[in-house]
Amino acid sequence: MSVVTNEHPAHEHHPFLQHHFEDLGQQHEASTLGMWMFLTTEILFFGGLLMAYWIYRIMYPDAWSLGAAQQHALYGGINTIVLIISSLTMALAVRNAQLGKRMATVRMLVATLVFGGTFLLVKSIEYTQHWREGLFPGVHFTWNETPALAPKVQLFMTFYWSLTGLHALHMVIGAGLLIWMIWRAWRGHFGPEYYSPVEVMGLYWHFVDIVWIFLFAFLYLIPAAGGHHG
Amino acid sequence: MSSLTSNDARFVEPEGARNYITHDYGALSWLLTKDHKRIAILYLISITALFMLGGFFAVVMRIELLTPEGDLLTSDTYNKFFTLHGIVMIFFFLIPSIPAVLGNFLLPLMLGAKDLAFPKINLLSWYLYIIAAVMGLYIIITGGVDTGWTFYTPFSTQYSNTHVFGVTFAAFIVGFSSILTGLNFLVTIHRMRAPGLTWFRLPLFVWAMYATSIVQLLATPVLAITLVMLMFERVVHVGIFDPALGGDPLLFQHMFWFYSHPAVYIMILPAMGVASEVVAAFTRKKIFGYSFVAYSSLAIAFLGFLVWAHHMFVAGISVYSAMIFSFLSYFVAVPSAIKVFNWTATLYRGSVALLTPMLYILGFIGLFTIGGVTGLFLAAIGLDVHVTDTYFVVAHFHYIMVGGAVMAYMAGLHYWWPKITGRMYPEWWARLAALLIFAGFNLTFFPQFILGYLGMPRRYHAYAPEFQVLNVMSTAGASVLAVGYALPLCYLIWSLWYGRPAGPNPWGAVGLEWTTSSPPPMENFHETPVVTWDAYDYPAMLKAMGETQNV
Repeated sequence: MSVVTNEHPAHEHHPFLQHHFEDLGQQHEASTLGMWMFLTTEILFFGGLLMAYWIYRIMYPDAWSLGAAQQHALYGGINTIVLIISSLTMALAVRNAQLGKRMATVRMLVATLVFGGTFLLVKSIEYTQHWREGLFPGVHFTWNETPALAPKVQLFMTFYWSLTGLHALHMVIGAGLLIWMIWRAWRGHFGPEYYSPVEVMGLYWHFVDIVWIFLFAFLYLIPAAGGHHG
Repeated sequence: MSSLTSNDARFVEPEGARNYITHDYGALSWLLTKDHKRIAILYLISITALFMLGGFFAVVMRIELLTPEGDLLTSDTYNKFFTLHGIVMIFFFLIPSIPAVLGNFLLPLMLGAKDLAFPKINLLSWYLYIIAAVMGLYIIITGGVDTGWTFYTPFSTQYSNTHVFGVTFAAFIVGFSSILTGLNFLVTIHRMRAPGLTWFRLPLFVWAMYATSIVQLLATPVLAITLVMLMFERVVHVGIFDPALGGDPLLFQHMFWFYSHPAVYIMILPAMGVASEVVAAFTRKKIFGYSFVAYSSLAIAFLGFLVWAHHMFVAGISVYSAMIFSFLSYFVAVPSAIKVFNWTATLYRGSVALLTPMLYILGFIGLFTIGGVTGLFLAAIGLDVHVTDTYFVVAHFHYIMVGGAVMAYMAGLHYWWPKITGRMYPEWWARLAALLIFAGFNLTFFPQFILGYLGMPRRYHAYAPEFQVLNVMSTAGASVLAVGYALPLCYLIWSLWYGRPAGPNPWGAVGLEWTTSSPPPMENFHETPVVTWDAYDYPAMLKAMGETQNV
């Protein structure tokens, strides 16, 4: 594809080297640093919401326990396992891209997509159940157990929906990026010289995975109220 | 050292060669460009249009305030006008002004790079800006919004019947434009520097951009998520910030100011970067205490994250947290004062050329100092309680935002105009405009310090009759200011066709951007420059020029 001329023996142009970079090394370092910085922004984005969650958790521990008790820890647990496995397949996809193993890269990316899809499927089952149980905040919210705590449980559910919804949105975007990566890997774009897109995709995917680990602990695993608040 | 001398021909294009403006023709070659210089021009045109829109709201408000009675605008319309003035000027003019126009154009040139690290993301930033601006315009035409630019709850979530959702969504989108610009700049500064261009050889403008970008990257997402919560609360009717439903309105204020105070530094740090460049170029000296000025930018960015609750002294926060935030706010004065002292020390025994950019920067230093010192007044809890929500606060932040940021933006625009367009602006007219802006600005805003101290509250369309004289002065000043801003709009456009050709380095300034032709070629440099000198090495340049003359 590229032509090595006698004038520029060391200046072979890789087809995916963008014109404004000196070499693929510089391009790779720019891409990965860019993704790390984007993830820093993401941490602050989720962090704002998590901070609000923690303030109200400290203010209303009983309501938070009641809210967490409405979550199906089995679904959450399955999804946690599914996502951790998907991070493994994602890491293997990066490794295979670096080694230039085209079909292995494609297979691992497809596996990651399948696990990601499984997560979203389980999540949508949970969402449907919550919706039917009247646990979506707003005018349809129903809570008869402890009427005094109803607004606070609704507050918990507000954070539940917004945190998991924001996370699910990131998963959907990730799935879209994965489809693109699968297509590029299939076309044989990646190899030992050029694998930045898969690695950058991997960074994003691991980040979304880690966010879920936090959400699982914060939203599903709050101990039942009573006795421990002194 | 020959590469330091003015009008060095090494990097200059031959006559008649194509530059970034003449490289391609047609609207699509601009709207789909990935070139940082062209994107800077797109931003320049967009933010100028929105500056005029924001200025229009200001002018109508000043006319309303000519008389104590609320006779021109109803109170509801006045509420919308000051809200829209604030939103347009902050989110759509000041935040993008120096970074997205001058920073976009200059950063790769100053670093000896061909472009920013992510040219497509750079174009995406501009499109996000435009999408948000169009949404904003639609909202203005269909009724506006009246919450103030701060969107305080519960008014914004429960009571206001205006387009709160739409305008917060627009602010959310334009926030991502700002984040992506900051991300792009940070990666570019880290990874795209020319060979030999070490961190402490960087122009101070680049240091200022670096500090600004950190704030954009870390503060803006918090505003974004806060606005998401606000929109969610308004649409679904939950109570994140509603005390009746267990929420806390103070939480909104904390989260809003966690962004919006650092946002002040997004606006002023780039201005400080421009000041350093202009002061060095027009005194022919190295900046006094280069590393102190560089580090003080980072210090301001860092401390800026720790002071937000000084906007909330009367909002019901505990007296102890108010004391701590007051104390921390004083710390910001230290790096700011370091900069002011270093610029003044640079002036000392320099050969000062009072050309337009320098006039603006001298104005900037004085007005920024007044704005900064009155900021210290406001950081003192006792005095702040007295002047909270009065015109004293309005005057203070306009001294920083207009006297500081806009003056420096004008300085930078004139200083780099020959590089951007290849043409000189008319010096006499430009000096006149600079003086009009300085005089008009002070006449507009200095009376507001007095009005505020005497107790005139902000955000009302009517006021007590004894305040009229000072208000008339302020409105008169605003008229002068309006003329001052209209002049550059005319003569800068005029200069595109009739201005004297500038040549690569009309100021005899050092810095990589002056070693390439004006306007620069599409790829910026014909060969990648290798940097062997420190920033602002004017002594070496003058020495080299002297030797040439002696030969």
